[in-house]
Amino acid sequence: MLKFNDVTKLYHTGDVAVKNINIHIKPKEFVSIVGHSGAGKTTLLKLILAEEGPTEGTVTFEDINIHELKKSYINQYRRRVGTVFQDFRLLPDKTAYENVAFAMEAAGRADEEIENDVPHALDLVGLKHKMHSFPDELSGGEKQRVAIARAIVNQPDMIIADEPTGNLDPVNTYEIIQLLKKVNDLGTTILLTTHNVGVIDNLGRRVITIKDGEVALDSHEGKYIL
Amino acid sequence: MILTKLKRTIKSGVISFYRNGSVSLASVLILTVTLTVITMVLFSGVVLSSTLETIKNKVDVDIYFTKGATEDAILAFANDVKKNPDIADVKYISQDQAYQNFKERHKDNEATIQALTEIGDNPLPASINVKAADPNKYDTIVTFLKDKESALGENNIIDKINYTEKNQQAIASLNRIINASNRLGLLIVIFFAIVSILITFNTVRLAIYIFREEVSVMRLVGASETYIRAPFVTVGILYGLVGAIVTALILLPITHYAGNWTEKLGTGVNLFSFFTQNIFSITLMLIVLGSVLGSISSFLAIKKYLKV
Repeated sequence: MLKFNDVTKLYHTGDVAVKNINIHIKPKEFVSIVGHSGAGKTTLLKLILAEEGPTEGTVTFEDINIHELKKSYINQYRRRVGTVFQDFRLLPDKTAYENVAFAMEAAGRADEEIENDVPHALDLVGLKHKMHSFPDELSGGEKQRVAIARAIVNQPDMIIADEPTGNLDPVNTYEIIQLLKKVNDLGTTILLTTHNVGVIDNLGRRVITIKDGEVALDSHEGKYIL
Repeated sequence: MILTKLKRTIKSGVISFYRNGSVSLASVLILTVTLTVITMVLFSGVVLSSTLETIKNKVDVDIYFTKGATEDAILAFANDVKKNPDIADVKYISQDQAYQNFKERHKDNEATIQALTEIGDNPLPASINVKAADPNKYDTIVTFLKDKESALGENNIIDKINYTEKNQQAIASLNRIINASNRLGLLIVIFFAIVSILITFNTVRLAIYIFREEVSVMRLVGASETYIRAPFVTVGILYGLVGAIVTALILLPITHYAGNWTEKLGTGVNLFSFFTQNIFSITLMLIVLGSVLGSISSFLAIKKYLKV
């Protein structure tokens, strides 16, 4: 599904962000990427989201080089990749419903679809009863659930979760990981970045360790080097 | 679907307008000032042109005929004069008509009417009134008429050719004033247009900054370039639209006050009547101009600050 083929990214200062990355992520996989701060995890995500291009190598999604896509096709590609961030990135002046609906509106979906799908997505993350609450009326865990609902509402093929539990307490961390597992069970590929070894241990799924911009270990048994 | 997208774009534009409150107000204000100045320049053009037309209409050449001149001879002369392509109109005023006109003109002056009655015989001569196709050609026409008079020789029936050069000079001066005011008006309009574009440009820039989170989310969920940019174009157009409506509302009392004044000055136009008669076309012009100025500003700000 997603392939990094000998990908190297150098910043304009000449510093190496990632080097000779070769990763192949298959459909419906749940893959965690671990590494210390500055290891290159965020660069990998930016490359996947086509926010940055590689200096060398290619990143392909279903055998299409995403960095050779025209702007209009990049938009269509991004609709197939949902994103969840540590800082939630919810719009503060919109309710939970409106935040989720906003993603559908921006993707050009019809009003009838929005009215139908948004409550369903919020129900899936267990927040249907808080659909009219604003972000500042929600706990950290609830905010992240809304962010997950927003990420899944356009039915993407893959979800990129960048440190989604970074701002959460252990209980909420557990619940969010369970939710991501549930989404994965429904057929969506999950790519998770985290420092939280507890999360990785609990998952027991494939883990890729990034160290100094390179793949230090790619373990299907959930092993990592930190 | 297009309607849905349009509805969402307008909604985002309106939200941006309100959320950007005081800065939006500054943009509306400068666009209102600019549109008012543009309309004032237009109005001054209308007033000056009307004044010119009024003066032009007052300029003519009167040819008075001798008492013995027969109507046939006068009409033959008039028909001959009419053939000159520089002459737009020739009007014959018989002795009787001249008498009636005089009485009408002095109907409030009993002494004059009394004096005319006491004379008994009609003392007023027949005449023809000549109007030029181009007011700048009166000198040529007067020369032409004098040549005609000379050509009549012993059969001359002309008593006097009456033409005042002062009117001609007034037209020339007014033409110069109109040309100068058009140039000055254009410079003022350009100046205000640039100022309003710059201010609105910065307002849209601020709107882009305020909406950076929305823009970032829109990018991530794969919103199209048009979808991300459209609300900022909408807000620019909205500034122009509100500015145009405010300008139209401001112009009502201004023209109402200035209307009688312009009429009393003898310009031949009442500004209030002109405005009310053309209110739809003027408002439409203001809306189009305001929207164009607003969208130019938005386009420039988006190009510079909104990287999609």
